[in-house]
Amino acid sequence: MVKGIQSIAFEQSPYLISSASVVGKKEGEGPLGKMFDMVEEEDLFGENTWEEAESAMQKEACLLAIGKAHLAPEDIRYLFGGDLLRQGVATSLGVEELGIPMFGLFGACSTSGEALALASMSVAAGYGEYMLAVTSSHFGSAEKEFRFPLGYANQRPLSAQWTVTGSGAFLVGKKRSHVRITGVTVGKIVDYGLKDSQNMGACMAPAACDTIIRNLKDFDRVPEDYNRIITGDLGYVGQSILFDLMRGKEYDIKKNHMDCGMTIFDQQLQDTHAGGSGCGCAATTLSAYILPKLERGEWQRVLFVPTGALMSTVSYNEGASVPGIAHGIVLEHC
Amino acid sequence: MDKKKQQQAYENYVKQKTPVHNLPANMAKAFVVGGIICTIGQAILNYCEKMGLSKDISGSWTSMLLVLLSVVLTGFGIYPQIAKWGGAGALVPITGFANSVAAPAIEYKKEGQVMGIGCKIFTIAGPVILYGIFTSWVLGLGYWILKISGIV
Amino acid sequence: MDYINAFWIGGLICAAVQILLDRTKLMPGRVMVLLVCTGAILGAIQIYQPFQEFAGAGASVPLLGFGNLLWKGVKEAVDKEGFIGIFLGGFKASAVGISAALVFSYLASLIFDPKMKK
Repeated sequence: MVKGIQSIAFEQSPYLISSASVVGKKEGEGPLGKMFDMVEEEDLFGENTWEEAESAMQKEACLLAIGKAHLAPEDIRYLFGGDLLRQGVATSLGVEELGIPMFGLFGACSTSGEALALASMSVAAGYGEYMLAVTSSHFGSAEKEFRFPLGYANQRPLSAQWTVTGSGAFLVGKKRSHVRITGVTVGKIVDYGLKDSQNMGACMAPAACDTIIRNLKDFDRVPEDYNRIITGDLGYVGQSILFDLMRGKEYDIKKNHMDCGMTIFDQQLQDTHAGGSGCGCAATTLSAYILPKLERGEWQRVLFVPTGALMSTVSYNEGASVPGIAHGIVLEHC
Repeated sequence: MDKKKQQQAYENYVKQKTPVHNLPANMAKAFVVGGIICTIGQAILNYCEKMGLSKDISGSWTSMLLVLLSVVLTGFGIYPQIAKWGGAGALVPITGFANSVAAPAIEYKKEGQVMGIGCKIFTIAGPVILYGIFTSWVLGLGYWILKISGIV
Repeated sequence: MDYINAFWIGGLICAAVQILLDRTKLMPGRVMVLLVCTGAILGAIQIYQPFQEFAGAGASVPLLGFGNLLWKGVKEAVDKEGFIGIFLGGFKASAVGISAALVFSYLASLIFDPKMKK
C-alpha cells in the first residue's frame, strides 16, 4: 500500500461513486456552464450573507451527491470538508444539518485533493463503507476575507485570479462505479519565498511541480502514463511557470496538462485575468468535467493535483511569504 | 544565504513571466477619468464662488458633493466599474477615498451596526486619516518650532 | 479656462499614480497614504498652494489636495492658537470631507446591499 516516499497505492481501490457540483451565475455562464448539476442565478442562494450562501451550496452539493447514489446522510460514515474562510466556518455551518461525523480541513485551494485523499484512505483502510469529501468557495466571502469589500473600486492585476463560487461533493466507497481512486500522493509544503498575494499561480506552481514529480517517481511512471495531469488553479501564469519548473527537472507535461482554473472560465469573454481559483474551482471542474470523461472511458487514467496557497491575511501583512501545497489523486476508469 | 539567493532568483523569474497591464493605455484611461472628476469638482467650485461663498467654503461644498456622488455611485455598483477602467483616475480623487469608506460600510453591515459597520468602516481609509493627521501634526510641530525661534 | 486646467492637471496626476499601481507592488491603501502625506509636505514647503491657485480643482480634488488641506489647517491653527493649534488644525480643516464620507457611507449602508462583481 505504501508507495515510494509520499504516496499510497491502494490494494483495493475505493470507488468514486458519485459527485455533485453547485455553482454561481458567472460559472454557469462559462464554458462548463451546462455540465454543472446546479447553477444558482442569485449569488446569495436565497440566504442573507455570502458566508451563508457558501454553506447552502455545500449542503446542496452533499445532498445531491448522496442522492445520486440513492443513499441518505445516515449512510455516510465520515465527512471530510473544508473551505477558505476563517475557522472553516462555511463547511461547519453547511454540513451541520447532515449529521455526519466530520473532519474539518484546511488546504486552501487544494482542499478537494486533501479531502479526497483522506476519504479514500479511510475506505481503503476499512473504516467505513461510504465517505463524503466536500469543499467550496464563494467570490463574495473570499474577496471580503482576503482582499476588499465588493464595493471597493480597485483595478486587478493581470496575474490576479477570480475566486469560483461553487461547491463540489464526492462520494467515495466500496460500491462499484466506473471510476476508482487507485493512488494518492500527499503533498508537502513548498515555499519559494514569493510574497505576492496577487499572483497565486506563481506561489503555488513549485508545490505542483514537487507533487507531480513525486507522484511520477513513487509510481514509477512517466507523464504519458496519464491522459491528463490536471492542476487545480495555477491559472495562465502558474501554468507557464509550472512548465518551466518541470522542464528544469527534465519532465515535459505540456502535451497533457490541464488546469481547472483555465477551463472553468472563458478568459476573454468573462474577463477573469489569470483564471479561476478557490477550493470550488478544482472541485466543481472535477465533478462536472473530468469525472464524466473518466466514467465514459474517454480518459483511462488522470492525475488530479489541486494546489493551495497557505497564507492568512495576518501572515501576509506580517511579511511572511506564501507557501504552496499540492495533493495528487490518481483516478482511473474501470 | 543560498536560500535567499534562490528566492530572489525565483522572484525575478516570476516578474518577467507575469504579464502586466499595458501601461500607456492605463495611464491614458486614468488621465481621462481623473480629469473628468476634477472638472466636475471645478464646476462645483465655480458655482459656489459665483454664489458669493468664500474660497474655503466653496472647497468644503466641493468635497462634500464629490463624496456624496462617490457614495451613491458605490451603492449602485457603478464606481467599481469606473475604477476597473480608469484605475488611478478613480483612486486618486477624493471620490476614491469616499468609495473606500462606503464599500466597507455596505459590506459589513451584515455583521451588525457596532461590530460590523462601526468597527470596520475605516478598514481601508483608516491609514489615510491616521497618517494624514500625523504628517500634518509633525509638520505643524516643525512650523511651531520655527515660529517661536523666529526663523519663520 | 479653469476647466481645462482642472482637467489636464488632475488627469496628469492620476496618470502618474497609475504608474505606481501598475509597475510597483503598492496596494491602493498605501498609494492613498502616500498621496496624502506628500500633499501635506508639498503644502508645508509652500509648493502646493500656488500650484492649487493655478490648477484649481485639478489640484484640490486629488488626495494630494487633501494633504495640503490638512497642512493649511494646522498652519492656520498654529498661527492663531499657538502650540495647541498643532492638534486642532488637521481635523478642523478636513472635517467636511471626513464627516461627509462617514455620514453618507453610513446612510448608504442602510439603503444598499453588497453586489457581486461582474
